[in-house]
Amino acid sequence: MVRRYTATAIALHWLLVLLVVCSAALGLYMVGLTLSPAKLKLYSWHKWVGVTIFMLAVLRAAWRLTHPAPPLPDPTPHWQRKAAAVSHLLLYLLLLVIPVSGWLMSSALGVQTVYLGLVPLPDLLAKDKALGELLKLVHVTLNCTLAALVAVHAAAALRHHFVNRDDVLQRMLPFIRPPTPR
Amino acid sequence: MKNLRPVSIAVCLGMSLPVQAQPILAIDPARSEVTFVARQMGVPAQGRFGRFTAQLAFDPARLAESRAQIEIELDSIDTGVAEADTEVKRRAWFDTSRFPTAKFVSSAVNHLGADRYEVAGKLTIKGRTRDIAAPFTVRRVNGATVFEGAFTLKRLEYGIGEGMWADTETVADEVQIRFELTGIAGK
Repeated sequence: MVRRYTATAIALHWLLVLLVVCSAALGLYMVGLTLSPAKLKLYSWHKWVGVTIFMLAVLRAAWRLTHPAPPLPDPTPHWQRKAAAVSHLLLYLLLLVIPVSGWLMSSALGVQTVYLGLVPLPDLLAKDKALGELLKLVHVTLNCTLAALVAVHAAAALRHHFVNRDDVLQRMLPFIRPPTPR
Repeated sequence: MKNLRPVSIAVCLGMSLPVQAQPILAIDPARSEVTFVARQMGVPAQGRFGRFTAQLAFDPARLAESRAQIEIELDSIDTGVAEADTEVKRRAWFDTSRFPTAKFVSSAVNHLGADRYEVAGKLTIKGRTRDIAAPFTVRRVNGATVFEGAFTLKRLEYGIGEGMWADTETVADEVQIRFELTGIAGK
């Protein structure tokens, strides 16, 4: 029985981890800056990373739908299986919805998103300051939700590795030999 | 300005009008606009100036005597982003407390063909004067004359955005200016 994620799934997982961390760091830092060329650059980079996250999340969701995850270890209780399935689904949804909320917020605040400074994304919303402020709140709230879920997700993975001593973390780690099937 | 009598306006314009002077048109603010498109990080940012005045004398048959003078109150800028509105009035940008207006004074009007013309003249912003030329079209609408055109200026030639803002990787040097001026008979 295959007990590891595919190399593609592993690569996409860790690439998204890296991009989400970068995006969060940029986002948290940039909002406190006063207007400067650096601020404009960071805002654009944040948006570019966000668009990239969205595209990779679409790719990842498609990959997951066509390449099922390896089964959980036999002794995993039913509630944990449910919790894992629900939290994974939510993580996918957030990776797709958060970039979209940022894009719509940008449009509503009257600043178009131009991917890499080259590809203009259409403004789906007309400029509307009140709506923009609402979308800002949505963007922030969704990100807090994502942060909480990521914490639970990582804690669960670590618990599997150090407490349960099973292969649940290892099957998503890059650069290690596949564990021998039990 | 638009309430001044033609004679005073002629003095204002600093031109020696011929005996048969062309009627001086003032502009109808409700049907006139001066907008711009600047770019930051490749993102077009459209804005406008809310207050400006103009005196226009235009006769297709007597282009040599056609004139335009336009003054824009730079404090009336609307970039679409409140934070940017405050920033561009500061010293590094327009320095509106020392240089409250941008001023254009025409030197020549040429016919390009059909309803298309080109006005050349001197544009002064922030104490710096540069020659510009702007193609425009003319159309008559309900007794008013509508002048519509656009040109591109390089902001750094006028010192708009100095110091750290002179970096054109972030804010592009070229800024497109569009104008639509509805001229009505001045009082």
